[in-house]
Amino acid sequence: MGIIEMRGVDKWYGQFHVLRNINLDVKPKEKIVICGPSGSGKSTLIRCINRLEEHQKGQIVVDGVELTNDLKHIEQIRREVGMVFQHFNLFPHMTVLENLSLAPIWVRKLPKAQAEERAMQMLERVRIAEQAKKYPGQLSGGQQQRVAIARSLCMNPKIMLFDEPTSALDPEMIKEVLDVMVELAREGMTMLCVTHEMGFAKIVADRVIFMDRGEIIEQNDPHNFFDHPQNDRTKLFLSQILGH
Amino acid sequence: MVVPGSASATMPSGPPASQVGFLGWLRRNLFSNIWNTLLTILCAYLLVVLVPPAFNWLILNAVWSEAPPETCRAAEGACWAFIREKHRVILFGRYPFDEHWRPLLGIAVLLSMVMVSCFRRFWRPWIVAIWAGGLIVFFVLMWGGDLPVTYRTIALLAGLGVARFALSQHAAANNLRGVFLWIMVLLLILTIGGSSILRGLDSLLALIGIGSFFTGLGGVIFEVPTGLSFVPTSLWGGLPLTLLLSIVGIVVAFPLAILLALGRRSNMPLIRTVCIAYIELIRGVPLISLLFVASFLLPLFLPRGVEISDVLRAQVAIILFSAAYLAEVIRGGLQAIPRGQFEAADSMGLGYWQKMGKVVLPQAITIVIPPIVNTFIGLFKDTSLVSIVSLSDLLLATKDMAIADVNWRFAYAEGYIFAALIYFMFCFFMSKYSQYLETQFETGRRKRR
Repeated sequence: MGIIEMRGVDKWYGQFHVLRNINLDVKPKEKIVICGPSGSGKSTLIRCINRLEEHQKGQIVVDGVELTNDLKHIEQIRREVGMVFQHFNLFPHMTVLENLSLAPIWVRKLPKAQAEERAMQMLERVRIAEQAKKYPGQLSGGQQQRVAIARSLCMNPKIMLFDEPTSALDPEMIKEVLDVMVELAREGMTMLCVTHEMGFAKIVADRVIFMDRGEIIEQNDPHNFFDHPQNDRTKLFLSQILGH
Repeated sequence: MVVPGSASATMPSGPPASQVGFLGWLRRNLFSNIWNTLLTILCAYLLVVLVPPAFNWLILNAVWSEAPPETCRAAEGACWAFIREKHRVILFGRYPFDEHWRPLLGIAVLLSMVMVSCFRRFWRPWIVAIWAGGLIVFFVLMWGGDLPVTYRTIALLAGLGVARFALSQHAAANNLRGVFLWIMVLLLILTIGGSSILRGLDSLLALIGIGSFFTGLGGVIFEVPTGLSFVPTSLWGGLPLTLLLSIVGIVVAFPLAILLALGRRSNMPLIRTVCIAYIELIRGVPLISLLFVASFLLPLFLPRGVEISDVLRAQVAIILFSAAYLAEVIRGGLQAIPRGQFEAADSMGLGYWQKMGKVVLPQAITIVIPPIVNTFIGLFKDTSLVSIVSLSDLLLATKDMAIADVNWRFAYAEGYIFAALIYFMFCFFMSKYSQYLETQFETGRRKRR
């Protein structure tokens, strides 16, 4: 029984077939890394899970709730699914602390003091508590992304989605973000990460998925995926990103 | 190698005298090139030609003391005696002369409400109570006598709304809904008891607001005679009318414009179509025609016996008109917000109104503060168009009440200058306030860079 079940999911952007017959079961606490060339539909795939994108065919069930047009179901699922974006998407007009306590106060209806207490705990967890009163723009990219992760964690999600979380970062900041993600994985979070950080995939992933042109081409545990890729397209992709 | 006696050997340290100090400033700013020099000379010439005569006319040769028209006519300069004589009718229009203290107090009430609302630290829920209270006091003052039925109903509904709203701020009182008298009593106790919670200036202001609100409400519901003579809206005029039309216009048009802007970007086709149609239709006609429709055509469609005061009709026209313009300004701000902000809010499970109210609108409105204030200034001056439907606002009062006096007809320039000064004062204040708001939010933004 998966915490996420996708059955025969298809999606088009106009005429462009961006997802083709996606079947994916994610078990609780499973860590999945999704990779593939740009435009292969990997971001679209995870954005369908919290309905930032709408699928047009097939079925997606998250935590026992099916995603339909029903706004109640969508909001119910979004409460349980955290998302970290490539460009952080912190709210620039709010302090770090306000960014973190916003959803717990308004969505979870927590009292303000309790929400802020929880926010501070999460900031400790990503080792950035001293920045609580600053505005996002005063932080470095790596710090902003760690705040974004903490912001998602404040909602106490069952699933975390990462959409290329390190792609917009300067090289020296990638590690601090990955460290936080590795820690999160060790604590047993269910995670789906779209990323090109193959080192990260080798350490934490239970399964690596390779996508190309909207299809899941190959999936395997990291050892077999990296050392014994089956499909030619996977081999080509791996040689391109690892072979230098 | 330095050759003795050459320029480089004798050059003193520091820039030459012509580059620094007053001369340097002149050189840089006024005579930097031939065109700049010509422009400087032209401006200097114009100043010499224009300023002394203007100064002579406005101040030196002007008649400042109280004087009959004949003295003024004989004088070389401006006739400020005319303003001395007529300032009350300019300011208050046709309002009964002996009752002028009422509109004067009314202006004070309106302006204090505005001043209080200008400070960011007072942007709290109870500011609504202050506005409700202030407006009720204003209307009781202006109207006096037996308050018209429509007003009584509106005030009652507004009172109920405010009371419920204020109550919803206190969770403990939530199960006491329904019985209005109880709510009133409770709210009064809460306000007094709540001063310990609210503390300091905040509590004082809340008390004043809610106190005046109850005074007004009491007078309205229980028909306690106001003790003031009745003055119909057809006699209202001058500055209080201008201020009422523009302040209420701004306060009501702004939220309406936000709803229209959101509606225009809505996913729901019906709402989007209605909003687009509204905005395009209203923007497509001049304010004057709207005022005409509101004052002359609307009464024809209303059932017999239903009467809406002419001030209210003009007010509605102004609100509907400005809201359409403001909506487009706010939509511009909404469009400047990156998609990532919407997605982040969505992904956290925030509902539509939470997303808009907490994440999108605060950023969008900050971006468009200058054009918003621009629209407000436009609205303020556009209120003078109500003279078309014979409401004697500040400008028409100046013309019809002061300048129209046969004895003083020659002093029209002085009258208009006086009115212009008043308009300028308010517009300048709005402009300055806009800059203050910008720096308030700009510092926040710069901090973020």
